[in-house]
Amino acid sequence: MALQFAISPEFSSSHLSQWFIFNNRLQHFLGEACHLELYDDFRALRGAVGAGCVDMIYANAFDTSMVLREKGFVPVARGAGKSDEALVAVVAESPVRKVADFRQGLRVAATDAPDVETIGRILLEPADLDESNITLTHHRNYVLVAKALINGEADAGFFLKESFEDLSELVRGQLRPVILSRICVVRHALLLAPQHADRRACLLAGLLAMREHQADRELCAELGFPEGWQALDQEEAAFMVDLMETLLP
Amino acid sequence: MRPEDIVGEGTEHVLTYQDGTRRRVFVTGIETPFPPGELIVSQTDPAGFITECNEAFVRMSGYSREELIGQPHHIIRHPDMPAAAFKDLWDTIMAGKKWQGYVKNLRKDGGFYWVRAVVVANVRSGTIVSYTSVRREPSRGKIAEVEALYRTMR
Repeated sequence: MALQFAISPEFSSSHLSQWFIFNNRLQHFLGEACHLELYDDFRALRGAVGAGCVDMIYANAFDTSMVLREKGFVPVARGAGKSDEALVAVVAESPVRKVADFRQGLRVAATDAPDVETIGRILLEPADLDESNITLTHHRNYVLVAKALINGEADAGFFLKESFEDLSELVRGQLRPVILSRICVVRHALLLAPQHADRRACLLAGLLAMREHQADRELCAELGFPEGWQALDQEEAAFMVDLMETLLP
Repeated sequence: MRPEDIVGEGTEHVLTYQDGTRRRVFVTGIETPFPPGELIVSQTDPAGFITECNEAFVRMSGYSREELIGQPHHIIRHPDMPAAAFKDLWDTIMAGKKWQGYVKNLRKDGGFYWVRAVVVANVRSGTIVSYTSVRREPSRGKIAEVEALYRTMR
């Protein structure tokens, strides 16, 4: 049976063909069939993890923390030189220029990506905004978050920075980032289910070797990490878990 | 602290730490604003000596990385912070719980910066091996609130 590979739902609609190509590379590294399974949202992904249907996962920092702590997943690698940043955006003509301009009663649009939502909430804290005085509505993807802003259904939107940059020029031109995080320590990671821990060495070797081949380097760049992969060991992964703990309310 | 590192007019204070050690510090009252969107991250060993720090910590504290690593975290303690706040912090994290609070930190040049801090114990195989502190931008409203509170606690 093919190994089931899951990616964080925020990538399900962007760079899809590159993720399928990457899945082919995984098959080559591991010498066995891998199936890339796409999930519509984080709830569906977590359900699959809980049901034991995920053998490998490229997860955001919060889901990394969850699969490490609760399911004993084994960390393998992360994108070298890459971190997840979030931004809060408004429509281009909004009078809001800085975080302090936001007011209580703010309507926020976001996806259900927990890392982006958490960072977004942190970015609003200097304006004394928290769950008690903002309304947050979840949308299936960042295009719909943008649409909610443009249609006036929300005053602000939380975006993963790279997903905001992936929006079409037409849509992006109607929006304006107010603040961008520069956290540098929140990252996606590639992990293996515990029953596949014996595959870590050959998988990691394959991932690290991607920087030696032109086509693989281009693939990594298209996936968002032009410097390729770097190993993620247990201690660094444990630090990410601790870090997530400090960011949660 | 060295007088030659102080930027601006500094007043001298003597800090006494929980272990009885004392330190002469200089305070100028010049605030460095927290950089929007950033996090200050540091780790200490169980005794509170700094083992890791990120670039934001270096920049905001005014110390070099080499000056921070190996030093007790109270190198950035400001005399306006009540001792009770740090006792509460240590009591909380040594019990393995998360501590959150608003902290005024002292820079190498005598200035200060405010943070909203969260500190957690890093537990490995049931043992606390280190502590991680993550600081983010506080609101001015909260700073005003805690400043007033801390004045009553000094």
